[in-house]
Amino acid sequence: MAKHDKDATFVGDSRVPAKRIPNVAPSYSDFPGKSEPFWPNFLLKEWMVAAVGLVGFLVLTVSHESPLTAKANPNDTSFVPLPDWYFLFLYQLLKYPWASGDWVVLGTVIIPGIAFGALLLAPWLDAGPERRAIRRPIASGIMLLSLVGIFYLTWAAMDEHHRNHPSPAGGGSHGAAPAPAEEADPAFKAADIWTAQQSCISCHGNNMEGTAAAPNLQKVGEKYSAEEIAEIIKNGKPPLMPGGMIKDEQAIKELAEYMATLK
Amino acid sequence: MLQKMYDWVDERLNITPMWRDLADHEVPEHVNPAHHFSAFVYCFGGLTFFITVIQILSGMFLTMYYVPDINNAYESVKYLQNEVAFGVIVRGMHHWGASLVIVMMFLHTLRVFFTGSYKKPREMNWVVGMLIFFVMLGLGFTGYLLPWDNTAYFATKVGLEIAQTVPLIGPYAKALLTGGDIVGAQTLARFFAIHVFFLPAALLGLLGAHFIMIRRQGISGPL
Repeated sequence: MAKHDKDATFVGDSRVPAKRIPNVAPSYSDFPGKSEPFWPNFLLKEWMVAAVGLVGFLVLTVSHESPLTAKANPNDTSFVPLPDWYFLFLYQLLKYPWASGDWVVLGTVIIPGIAFGALLLAPWLDAGPERRAIRRPIASGIMLLSLVGIFYLTWAAMDEHHRNHPSPAGGGSHGAAPAPAEEADPAFKAADIWTAQQSCISCHGNNMEGTAAAPNLQKVGEKYSAEEIAEIIKNGKPPLMPGGMIKDEQAIKELAEYMATLK
Repeated sequence: MLQKMYDWVDERLNITPMWRDLADHEVPEHVNPAHHFSAFVYCFGGLTFFITVIQILSGMFLTMYYVPDINNAYESVKYLQNEVAFGVIVRGMHHWGASLVIVMMFLHTLRVFFTGSYKKPREMNWVVGMLIFFVMLGLGFTGYLLPWDNTAYFATKVGLEIAQTVPLIGPYAKALLTGGDIVGAQTLARFFAIHVFFLPAALLGLLGAHFIMIRRQGISGPL
């Protein structure tokens, strides 16, 4: 930092010059427009806005507790994984047939590689001196299209997840899941035809007692006929129950007839 | 008194040039929301940094309780969340801040893109900014596993399976991150090390470069 100057005097035997520089801010009056100094004028305003923002942020953390599901259990096959929301657009891409299976390289490397590569090299791909977005329609247009794509893929991933897996097992504490079966009968034993259906018992329980995610079915025959139950099994029941979990028509018929007898 | 202390240090270390270098830079009218409200779009970079500082501080406090091994990681997070005074706030800040920093960085990137601020002479700063973006995504990915709950475990498992499909380097990248055949004790230890040491070090270096460059060149002019 210290320049070598024959006439300079130093502090002791150090290389720190003895001559002091006045500790004063320069004047910004010769800058164009209403320029102001960063320190302290602008920083003070910034700091006040940041303090308000920080309070808002703290309110968020207090009102929305960060989620914590059950302890990791590698044997839990029913848990539906979902990446953090900002990876969803990359994740959703891999669900399309043209970007998965044999074509997975397209989804994992080529499309994200081109997109992020182009973003990284944007200064050289869009090298003209024009800065206004409207006067460089190609760059702006590609960016807008990518944004639409990212928003759409993120939305599609969320939407698909909510439709197929309405309530993550042991998920958020504020879920709008129906209350667990009030009048579950501990003595009730479900028939083998029920316990054989893994997809049913994962939500409704081994003995139809219901869980946080699904109602008690021990007296479902009072509410629905066999035909109605078969319809529900095939098509699901909004908002939570997915349809098409059992593919075999005969199995659906038998199960529905059994369930209709439960009164 | 303060002035005397300052002078005492300044006489010995000549800190005034350094201090003036930090404090003196102009905030032009076109980026100052006090003069043009629409200039708030220029705030996203500063906000990203502000939240990054929150992330670093809250993360430092989290490591006081967090235990990076598969038997205790989950219990330690649960304890922190439910028993420790203000633990729920500290974890909440780190958890929500992680999302917020991505949002702010995304908006900052869009502002720089649509104002054409990445053009000559600021190309290098744009590249460094993109590298910061990737490091942040890496921090998000590695941090997601650390609570060792089902969400974390299965998301990471899927993420690593996706990484494996990358030709040539995929299997090596997966082996490097997993540290074995399964997502287990080694994986957690490695993700912890990457999340707490490797990526923050890279982040601080890149942020330093980002800020030195913006100070050298100044903020881009009005459109």
